[in-house]
Amino acid sequence: MAERYSSFTPGGTMWLLQRITAAFLIVVLAFHFFLLHFVNHADEVSFIVSAARMETLSYYSLMILFLVTATFHGVNGVYNALINQGLTGRKKQAVKTTLIVASVVLIVQGVRTANAWAGGVPL
Amino acid sequence: MSQSHNRGLIEDFGRWREFRAGMWAWIFHKFTGWVLVGYLFTHIAVLSTAIPASGQETAVLQAGDDVYTQTIVTLEELLLVRILEVGLLAVAVFHILNGTRLLFIDLGVGLESQDKSFYASLILTGLITVASVPTFLAGAF
Repeated sequence: MAERYSSFTPGGTMWLLQRITAAFLIVVLAFHFFLLHFVNHADEVSFIVSAARMETLSYYSLMILFLVTATFHGVNGVYNALINQGLTGRKKQAVKTTLIVASVVLIVQGVRTANAWAGGVPL
Repeated sequence: MSQSHNRGLIEDFGRWREFRAGMWAWIFHKFTGWVLVGYLFTHIAVLSTAIPASGQETAVLQAGDDVYTQTIVTLEELLLVRILEVGLLAVAVFHILNGTRLLFIDLGVGLESQDKSFYASLILTGLITVASVPTFLAGAF
């Protein structure tokens, strides 16, 4: 029996952005896991080695884009999952505001961390 | 051609005995999504130790005695953390594979065999997870 299940209403802007970020994240998340667990082992991590990677503009840009897309994809997914569970009205607005604030905090903190390794934006 | 029909309320998890492959895929995707977004916040919090570390002396950084390196090394010494990392890989791999499956279904490819592609995602996740165990546990004992 062919049935289609999704937390999203097809055709909307958020639905499209969720799919576009998904396509990007499939590749970058796999790359991230492979690089930091299989090529470099997590128990061999050091500030110097992490900084050396982040000082490269291409790696820095990729990680910032990864942070932004992962935050959007994750938080948008959570928001739609909660709407599916029946979230409406004022609670829906409160959750939306909380998730937006949490996303901004996460992205700002992530960029600060990347800049700490790179010594600023590596231009 | 696929037919639309009343699927009932799939958000009612009390109906789990009636769930078919597509419903389980949806539930697993949602569960793994919650885990991954929770991990994302935790991950950035742990990595943020790089901020105070960046202000430490070069000699301290080169010796690996800075707060960032010590935090990661201490966490990696815990067997529980290594096991949780294997779990995280399993969750991430399933979300990636099932997400790829969803993108294809949204493009109209493979809707009729969506149950088979779900089972394939599960099997492949299991194989990749098992194969990764030696890498994740290396040096943990």
